[in-house]
Amino acid sequence: MQRTPLYQKHVESGARMVEFAGYEMPLHYKGGINEEHLTVRSAAGLFDVSHMAELQVTGPEATPFLQYATLNDPGKLKLGRGQYNMLPNDTGGIIDDLYVYREGEDQYLIVANAANREAVAGHLGALAEGRDCDVRDVTDDWALVALQGPRAALVLEGLVDMDLTAIKRNATASAQLSGVPVTLSRTGYTGEDGFEIFSSSKDAGSVWDVLVRAGSVPCGLGARDTLRLEAGFPLYGHELTESTNPLCTGFAWVVKDKEFHGRAAMWDAQCEQRLVGIRMVDRAIPRQGYRVMDRDRDIVGEVTSGTLSPLTRESVGFAWVDADLSEPGTRVWVEVRGRPMAALVVKPPFHSS
Amino acid sequence: MNTPDELRYAKSHEWVRTDDGDVVTVGITDHAQDQLGDVVFVELPEVGRKVKAGDTVAVIESVKTASDIYAPVSGEVTAVNDALDAKPETVNESPYGDGWLFRISGSADGEIEGLLDAAGYLRSLDED
Repeated sequence: MQRTPLYQKHVESGARMVEFAGYEMPLHYKGGINEEHLTVRSAAGLFDVSHMAELQVTGPEATPFLQYATLNDPGKLKLGRGQYNMLPNDTGGIIDDLYVYREGEDQYLIVANAANREAVAGHLGALAEGRDCDVRDVTDDWALVALQGPRAALVLEGLVDMDLTAIKRNATASAQLSGVPVTLSRTGYTGEDGFEIFSSSKDAGSVWDVLVRAGSVPCGLGARDTLRLEAGFPLYGHELTESTNPLCTGFAWVVKDKEFHGRAAMWDAQCEQRLVGIRMVDRAIPRQGYRVMDRDRDIVGEVTSGTLSPLTRESVGFAWVDADLSEPGTRVWVEVRGRPMAALVVKPPFHSS
Repeated sequence: MNTPDELRYAKSHEWVRTDDGDVVTVGITDHAQDQLGDVVFVELPEVGRKVKAGDTVAVIESVKTASDIYAPVSGEVTAVNDALDAKPETVNESPYGDGWLFRISGSADGEIEGLLDAAGYLRSLDED
């Protein structure tokens, strides 16, 4: 089992540690998932996401290569900007969802899911064969923390040597954070304002301590999951898989109309089912794998993620449903312990007013 | 971890307290609530339901997962803790008090004595 450079900090803070993607990671700290979730919605939370994979793509052909290898268009990125992106396989499914940053004219940094590190590196490496660009796994060079919440900028502004208003959403900047060199990226996975902060592994502990002392609250993977779900973001292995056609989901905007790997398989497929948001009408919590039924109790789909929203106290989730049932407002039933429980198809996010 | 001496325990993390006569109160242990994390929903059995020891009779849902709760003894469900409907977090805050789940009457002779004592329950945790 691997550990991030912040493992000791988590243990000292009384975190409940769990195995995730081969890493020992904090599920939550003493306050519990709900409290951490609400802290991120109202103040500022701090997540260790150093387990995530980083790959660098460099070389004269880096841009056309990534334009072919991914669904969004990294060529549209200005220097220092990032974009949400996905890596398609040859059958129209998804190998991973990614963040792609343009570090230089011919240099990109890709942040991928920890569990997919080998798959992403292997696929990109093979696809880059014969091209004038290099794919390098630089995961172990980086520690990464996410400072998230409406007070994130307030926590950070006294600690860095720059004006944070200069960093727009999806932009990055180099900075000194209490004397430690970092890269700030105004991105995140919570639906709140915030920053993802890259540092060297050896500086991770001091970055963490400084941010906690400045008033951010350590948060674990449990709150990370409920926050992303409430915000309507997909999680690989749930909403996105090797057999998920993104064109049949609300994330179809990522797919740009250009030549890309596996395009025909994705483009020509019919969406017999669509991925939708659901909100329970009956009192029950949808969970991954629960079956979705129509009025006649025929099986019409399956839940991919679900939780009780810590903020709204409503039970919400994502589910695949037959395409004719995918319009918001449509009533469906989720089978919970053998009983059909009524739900409505809704458009995410689940928490905004 | 709090494991009161006066209670009996099932390996599946329920506790049993003998009340008046043949009525027992059932809840989950401090260890169990700590492992589950924030409890957000509790599904309790119907009053009047006849249960056998080991039957799934309730479900406790935490943020992350749904967990079955088993009847530690046989008998008839005579009461359930309806207050958990509005405040499921009581299971975390007071697992041996206000966070009780249901009551069963009419268990067979020897069933309660056959459950673990506090020391036995703590030993069973080490075996997990």
